[in-house]
Amino acid sequence: MKNSKFLVFGILFGIILSKSEVVSWYRIYEMFKFQSFHMYGIIGSAVGLGIILIQLFKKEIIKDFWGNKITVKKKDSNFVRNLIGGTIFGLGWALAGCCPGPIFVLLGALLGAFVQGILRNKLP
Amino acid sequence: MIDFLSQPWPWYAGGPLIALVLFTLFYFGKSFGVSSNLDHLCSIAGADKFSTYFKIDLKTKTWSLLFVAGIIIGGSIAHFYLSNQNAINLNPNTVEELANLGFANSGVEYLPSEIFSIDKLLTLKGFSILLGAGFLIGFGTRYAGGCTSGHAITGLSSLQFPSLIATIGFFIGGLVMTWFLIPILFNA
Repeated sequence: MKNSKFLVFGILFGIILSKSEVVSWYRIYEMFKFQSFHMYGIIGSAVGLGIILIQLFKKEIIKDFWGNKITVKKKDSNFVRNLIGGTIFGLGWALAGCCPGPIFVLLGALLGAFVQGILRNKLP
Repeated sequence: MIDFLSQPWPWYAGGPLIALVLFTLFYFGKSFGVSSNLDHLCSIAGADKFSTYFKIDLKTKTWSLLFVAGIIIGGSIAHFYLSNQNAINLNPNTVEELANLGFANSGVEYLPSEIFSIDKLLTLKGFSILLGAGFLIGFGTRYAGGCTSGHAITGLSSLQFPSLIATIGFFIGGLVMTWFLIPILFNA
């Protein structure tokens, strides 16, 4: 199936988020307290490299798998929605200590712990 | 190799690898953003009966749902096979501040048991905090049109003004929660 590679990319992304501690509630708290560079380093370096990549897409120095120009979809521009929605999201991000990517990582850990509990007696 | 990977990864590994994921998705004709999957999952659960907003052609979103399924699997793999320790190397000031708020042993595990434990989940307060936090995340990110991946990383990388506004919002909300609301919610 041509979509199966996206499962693999997701697995890699899940491992990256987990191993770089983006999924840790404490890391998010520390970030909003300005007590650690860790999260700023992650987001900053991802955005820094992202800017370079997307410029290379625009100049067609990097094309997609099929040789077509890569375009980035424009985000809906609505000042109130972006700001208010963003602020509401931020409240949740800081309280739960995770954003939508890491939520699914934690779901994986939870699922793993659950399966482990069920299978424990049957495992060596 | 496994030992090497099992250590905590520094920011200069995590950030560039996230950019690599962004690159890979664009290279294969997609875009990088996780939170739209919340809409897709609502649609699968039958939300299209309540609002036309959820009338999504899910066949075109299969890749995205597989990506999310992968994140779940990847989270399990990292947690169970690629971690020789779960401690987070926190700033000592953070640990001390959290101790004053009633968070014992900060950084010993990925998540504080003061929020994420079955015991807490079975209390009205603990349940409300997690449900409330999840609601704020889901409502906010979809209203804003993206989350950390779609707005803060993809949007800022492509120099889009709406994403800058949304990211400023993320920080307004996060700072208000961390500096003012968490001390009220967790008053030891």
